Amino acid sequence: MNSLLAQLPQEVPLSWYLLLSAILFSLGVVGFHIKRNLITVFMSIELMLNGVNLSFVTFAQQWHAVKGQIFVFFVMMVAAAEAAVGLAIIIAVFRARATLAVDRIDLMKL
Amino acid sequence: MNGYLHLWLIPLMPFAGFLINGILGRRLPKWLVTAVALLAPLAAFCMVLQISLGLNANPIAIAHLPFVETCPLPWINIAALHVDFSFVLDQLSLVMLLVVTGVGFLIHVYSVGYMKNDEGYARYFSYLNLFLFFMTVLVLAGNALVMFVGWEGVGLASYLLIGFWFQKKSAADAGKKAFIVNRIGDVGFLIAMFLLVANFGTLTFTEIATKLGQDPGWSGGVVTVIGLCLLLGAAGKSAQLPLYIWLPDAMEGPTPVSALIHAATMVTAGVYMVARTHVLFDHSPFALSVVAIVGAATAIFAATIALVQNDIKRVLAYSTISQLGYMFLGCGVAAYSAAIFHLVTHAFFKALLFLAAGSVIHAIGGEQDLRKMGGLRKKLPVTFAVTTVGVLAIAGIPPFAGFFSKDAILYAAFSQGTNGKILYSVGLITALLTAFYMCRLWYLTFMGESRSPEIHPHESPWSMRGPLVILALLSICGGWIKYFGFPEFLAPVLGTQEGVSAGQHLELILSIVAVAVALLGWLLAYLFYQKNPALPARLAAAMPGGYKLLVNKYFVDEFYGVMVVKPLRGISKFFLGWVVDFGILGGTAWLLGAFVTFAGAILQRWQSGNLRSYAAWLAAGAAAVLLFPLFQSLMFPFIHHMYIIRWGH
Repeated sequence: MNSLLAQLPQEVPLSWYLLLSAILFSLGVVGFHIKRNLITVFMSIELMLNGVNLSFVTFAQQWHAVKGQIFVFFVMMVAAAEAAVGLAIIIAVFRARATLAVDRIDLMKL
Repeated sequence: MNGYLHLWLIPLMPFAGFLINGILGRRLPKWLVTAVALLAPLAAFCMVLQISLGLNANPIAIAHLPFVETCPLPWINIAALHVDFSFVLDQLSLVMLLVVTGVGFLIHVYSVGYMKNDEGYARYFSYLNLFLFFMTVLVLAGNALVMFVGWEGVGLASYLLIGFWFQKKSAADAGKKAFIVNRIGDVGFLIAMFLLVANFGTLTFTEIATKLGQDPGWSGGVVTVIGLCLLLGAAGKSAQLPLYIWLPDAMEGPTPVSALIHAATMVTAGVYMVARTHVLFDHSPFALSVVAIVGAATAIFAATIALVQNDIKRVLAYSTISQLGYMFLGCGVAAYSAAIFHLVTHAFFKALLFLAAGSVIHAIGGEQDLRKMGGLRKKLPVTFAVTTVGVLAIAGIPPFAGFFSKDAILYAAFSQGTNGKILYSVGLITALLTAFYMCRLWYLTFMGESRSPEIHPHESPWSMRGPLVILALLSICGGWIKYFGFPEFLAPVLGTQEGVSAGQHLELILSIVAVAVALLGWLLAYLFYQKNPALPARLAAAMPGGYKLLVNKYFVDEFYGVMVVKPLRGISKFFLGWVVDFGILGGTAWLLGAFVTFAGAILQRWQSGNLRSYAAWLAAGAAAVLLFPLFQSLMFPFIHHMYIIRWGH
């Protein structure tokens, strides 16, 4: 057991963080494309944003640059605002069409 | 001449009148419109008069002419070409200015009475003022380009005034005809200007004269071409063969317009231009002889047509063409001052005749047909008296104005050698015809008994009779300026005539011949139209072919219609209309539209409205952007290799 622990690196390497970030982002992309429910699609977007956030803080830690951390705050703030607007739109759409299936909401064309 | 004369003020006055009446005329009371319209030419005339009186009192100033006034700002300044907005005052332009503004003012006064009840009163006067503006610019021009501005401007004013009653189709058509025929002449003027710039590098008249004077090598060749091109321009504006056809139709305009523009001033612009550029013609005997031939041919050609016309204004129109031919004949035998002399006297008596004709037409309610007039001498005593003066003047009876100037031209032609003798005889026959058709007009209008008893003529108001009387006085005395040093006055600009030293006897004999011919013409007219009114009809019946030819004006309009207008219409309709407009221009526009529609039809499938499809495309695009550097880096070794080969390291 000890020997197994000794084989592990002393701290979590950079690539693990980035891998996690990529997995989160990819889950978001896939969820965005395959889910039908508008709320789930919306949550997928949040997932993508947070995947990106993770890579931001990772690189900020790695390069000892505070800019990445600050950027994450901005992203979170925008995401919060977006959530407010997005949920409002979703509610309005649901009221109007009585459905949240993205395939049915296809009037966004001329 | 010290300081500035402010020549630019002369054209500016009529221009101000044009602006005021043109913009505000409809809202202004009529008396104010009249005041503005009359003050503008009066002010210009007073300025010219003041300048000429000042010159008269100061012989040193005359010696310092020409006086050039240039706008301080350059106009065109491209490489070697330098053109300024410059006005020039010399003996020639002074004489022209006096005629233009003086006769112009009289005709403005006459118009007040003539156009009194017309709806377009203010419009009429604004056009008339505009005409005076451009005409003074033309006369004052110090270089060919400024002259061209005036040249085109008077053409515009002429167009506007011929088509003044544009509701009438014939008037609108006549305006268009005048404008289009003048364009042909303008092409000649333009080409002449291009050639001047190319060969002399300048358009200023004095500089051209200096350059020609410096180098005797300038003769024939280019100078001839320039001269002929200028002649084409002059023939268009001055209604000479073969471009005279617009002038008879121009009689559709109001009669004072015919008097001012189509008799006294604008149509003489061609003569003025030839006199202004006479240095060029002096260096090209060929071009000069063409001028003489065109003039003589036009003179006799138009005079024969005038013999049988029945419209009083058309008779006068053909007479104008004929007299303009005289002036060209004078220019063509290098007797420029005689031509300008005839221009001046012609301005007096032809304006008089036109205005008198206007008075007659006005009196009998718009009738222009000579056959329906007659016996008007008792009803219109003033008009009758002044017309008599005009007829005597144009027929060349001494001591009336036309005699002196016509005599000067004929004498100059006679002293030009063998060719001159031919020109002289043509001129003499024309004089006979002129006397005949003018006396015919006189007999038919005023003598005998009225042929339309139902009309009750009334003499014109004083605003019309006043100018008539003044012009009649000028038509009597105008010729006497010959004895007050008129040719000598013009000599510094136009040079002295060659071969005019033939002697007093010859001049006297020629004068007697000319008067005899004029009296013969009068006698013939008396026989034909007073003594034996049936004679003309019998003569016409005896020579049906000739009569038909003359009545139909030698079928020139029909000839041009078939030879020029129809082919042009055909080309316009088929080539320009179908091939260029419909095919090329329309086709291009249609193809562009069709392409966009087609592309849109394909691309619009992209816009399905389906959110997930958009997202998919977005993802695909993002992936492409991400993968592009990867692709590039895969290609890199190969590209790098290429570079190494190319640069060799």
